[in-house]
Amino acid sequence: MRHFLSALLLLSATAFAADGSQLLQQQCAQCHALSAPPQTSIDRLWSRKGPDLYYAGDKFQRNWLVAWLQAPVRIRPGGEFYRHHLKDGADGDAIDETTLTPHVKLDKDSAVAVADALLALHTPAPVESGAYKGAAVSATMGAMFFGKLRGCAACHQDAPGKGGMSGPELYTASSRLNADYVYSYIKHPQAFDAHVWMPDAGLGESDLQRLTGYLMQLKSGAKP
Amino acid sequence: MKRLIAHSALALCLSPLAVHAGSAHPQAERNYDTYCVQCHGVHRNGKGINAAHMSVQPRDHTDSKAMSDVPDDEMFKAIKEGGLAVNKSILMPVWGKVLSDAEIHELVAYLRETCKCGK
Ligand code: HEC
Ligand code: HEC
Ligand code: HEC
Repeated sequence: MRHFLSALLLLSATAFAADGSQLLQQQCAQCHALSAPPQTSIDRLWSRKGPDLYYAGDKFQRNWLVAWLQAPVRIRPGGEFYRHHLKDGADGDAIDETTLTPHVKLDKDSAVAVADALLALHTPAPVESGAYKGAAVSATMGAMFFGKLRGCAACHQDAPGKGGMSGPELYTASSRLNADYVYSYIKHPQAFDAHVWMPDAGLGESDLQRLTGYLMQLKSGAKP
Repeated sequence: MKRLIAHSALALCLSPLAVHAGSAHPQAERNYDTYCVQCHGVHRNGKGINAAHMSVQPRDHTDSKAMSDVPDDEMFKAIKEGGLAVNKSILMPVWGKVLSDAEIHELVAYLRETCKCGK
């Protein structure tokens, strides 16, 4: 009888592990929005415990998701929300690493199941499908626009340790994100969250193609 | 007695007149804390977490001398249309698509308060 019970328990545990959307609800929903919030506000940004995932299906590449969920590494140097993780440094503000906790890790089966559940989330995200045309961008030109000319590097890193820290790193964008998401986000960040702290620079089509191309053609994690 | 002191200290903190920074523009202060601190710094001194990597340093908003040289209308334009619009660096972004004109006017007033260089 005991054996029968534990076998039953084991069974339900595996069945449960394979149910990605249930795992999402149970282990992830306390920090991540899995459906679009009725409204956004600055207060919501300040109280959010993790990035929104309700448009994950339009945002992420599957291979990256499956791998990252098993071995998560930091994407936002300052965490989410960066304002909660600042301290006085030697020369100005610094990130208080002690307040940044490691992300939950999943085993392989759960990671696959959760990735597929995430990829099924397509709540009206303003991603323009087919927007990115994929023309080749010279790395030198792209880097110049990302840095000096359009100022993206003030908040984002395009190589480890090179660039700002209040936005997510973008040196893994080409393996992490879908090109049309990158294009749409740069075009109008406020369409994803009306209060997000990335400004809308009002860029034209050639800038949008060039910057998206630069990021999507960057080798993930290349050294500066 | 201890409890009483703790309670009155709490009451003091909560009372709007005793807000630590004492800003007359709480909404602008909140916007500044959300959008501007990443570059201009928690202490409004131009030393935000992004500043170390920037080729042009964010303006120190507590510098009365430098800030008093910037007229209100230029400040408004710099915030709304970005650094380029006032012949400054592109690293000062365009905020006109995130903040309303009213919010930007209030930020200008808040900055005058912060630099102690009001007119
Ligand atoms: C305690 C809060 C918390 C829990 C619980 C949590 N996360 Fe996260 N998650 C975060 C934070 C904070 C980040 C941002 C990490 C970073 O940028 O480095 C994050 C980032 C992510 C990302 C990358 C998102 C992006 O936009 O870059 C994914 C995907 C993710 N989490 C999935 C999950 C899944 C799946 C679960 C449940 C198994 C989960 N998280 C549970 C806090 C949490
Ligand atoms: C003032 C800071 C700031 C500037 C300048 C800025 N960004 Fe961002 N960016 C952010 C923040 C903040 C986010 C989203 C943060 C979050 O949701 O956690 C973001 C998100 C993104 C994303 C989506 C990444 C993801 O993982 O979801 C892309 C792509 C991006 N930015 C590209 C750019 C490009 C290209 C430029 C220059 C034209 C730029 N950004 C300028 C702060 C900035
Ligand atoms: C991405 C970094 C960044 C962010 C975010 C940012 N600034 Fe700036 N700001 C700068 C830089 C750099 C300068 C200096 C430009 C120069 O001297 O060429 C500057 C300069 C200024 C100036 C002086 C303009 C002048 O004419 O001299 C004002 C005023 C200002 N910022 C206000 C703000 C406000 C208000 C916010 C938030 C809504 C903000 N900034 C957000 C980078 C930033």
